Amino acid sequence: MSSVGTLRFAVIAIMVGLLELACRTGLIGPTVIIPPSAMVESLWQILAEGDLTTDILSTFGNVLAAAVLSVVVGFVAGLAIHPLPRLRGALEPLLASYYAIPTFMFYPLFIVFFGVGNRAIIAIAFLLAVVSMVTSTLTGLDRIPPILRKTAKMYRMNRVSTALLIELPATIPHLFTGIKLSVAYAFIGVIASEFILSGAGIGYSISYAYNNFNNRAMYGLMLLVVVAVTTVNMVLHSIDRRFQERSRR
Amino acid sequence: MTGKLRKPADFLLLMLALVVIWQALHWVAGDIAITSPAATLAKLGQMLHTPKFWSDIAETGRAFLFALLISVFGGVALGALLGINRLAATVSEPILVAAYSLPKVTLYPLVLLIFGLGLPAKVAFGAMHGLIPVTIVTMNALLNLKPVLLRTARVMRLSPLQSLTTLLLPAVLPEIFSGLRLGFSLSLVGVLIGEMFASQRGLGFVIMNAMNLSDVATIMAVAVLLTGFALLASGALGLIDRRIHR
Repeated sequence: MSSVGTLRFAVIAIMVGLLELACRTGLIGPTVIIPPSAMVESLWQILAEGDLTTDILSTFGNVLAAAVLSVVVGFVAGLAIHPLPRLRGALEPLLASYYAIPTFMFYPLFIVFFGVGNRAIIAIAFLLAVVSMVTSTLTGLDRIPPILRKTAKMYRMNRVSTALLIELPATIPHLFTGIKLSVAYAFIGVIASEFILSGAGIGYSISYAYNNFNNRAMYGLMLLVVVAVTTVNMVLHSIDRRFQERSRR
Repeated sequence: MTGKLRKPADFLLLMLALVVIWQALHWVAGDIAITSPAATLAKLGQMLHTPKFWSDIAETGRAFLFALLISVFGGVALGALLGINRLAATVSEPILVAAYSLPKVTLYPLVLLIFGLGLPAKVAFGAMHGLIPVTIVTMNALLNLKPVLLRTARVMRLSPLQSLTTLLLPAVLPEIFSGLRLGFSLSLVGVLIGEMFASQRGLGFVIMNAMNLSDVATIMAVAVLLTGFALLASGALGLIDRRIHR
């Protein structure tokens, strides 16, 4: 690990250590936050007992479905919008202010169309995630250096091979940023919907534990979400970073 | 049509198309799923005449305003603190990015346990959403400053505080304003989600209550009000943003 990485690890370790100390000495009461070590213990117990395994799997399944759906649809929509500058110009203000709209308001609508359950949750997460994929696809197509297209013309490549051999590889860094954002938003959409609106999944289990004053289970599950989401996002983030650095060279 | 008017006209056309789709959905799904545009506006007009609704708007507005102020001033201060020192910035950047992409709803019970039910919890939750993006944007803007500015500060022997207030912050003002747009959207969403989960007042509560009563007209009316506000405010900020960046 680099020295920066070590330092970063130390910063996090110190923060967790301070929290542990504050909880153990009673500075922060167990009704507010339980010590991090107890959170780990509780998470371990939850995973070992397996009562919540179906909830946990259903959450991750929904996130995967929403992410895949929004990446595919967002990419295709981006491809379709890019050659239509007027439509794009009209859409731009909407895309720019999209995240100010609380998508969760439209949940009742989805329940009518999709029924109660996973499909309505996936629909909300999809709505949240798809826009960043559309935007990234558009940016990627904008940023193809003209010289690449000229090269394709020089080699007399046809439309299909230009798309596959020149345009796709050139846009991949931007597409990957879109995938990264879509996954992050899919997590947010699924867990938030479960938390506020549904009756299953990790989000629901956390709000259920909160309503029953079961702090131990609540913090165990929170730890699960924080660790799982951060791991996934950081792996994607580091790949993304590598792409960006390569394209800057 | 002149070129200048074409873009807004296209946007209006798009809005019109959306309203048409909305009306079509209403015909397909009926009143239980989605009220018609006309009926929704009528309902909104009627709600705007009740003092109760205005007190809900005021409640949400107050929480949003405080959350926004904390996000902007806290985010700029924190971002400046981390941005002056390259090491501090490199160490904290991934941590901030990780915190930014976390589903923050998960942490809402924590906020509630610390602040209790009520305005402070909503403000804290809204600020949790808005603070981090403003911090990241401010920090990155300071890191990407032209080195000549830093050299100027050294030549003029400015103290760190002086160089920050007279040189660095003005230089990154355009970027900070873009961060403010992000913070604006996210703290609004944060406050509303907070109200939806645990609150007795505010627009989020109105939506949640209407959901439990299957009162689609109210949900749609509030949704239109919020969407309209978000689009208008974000559009206005976008205009200013473009002007500063020029």
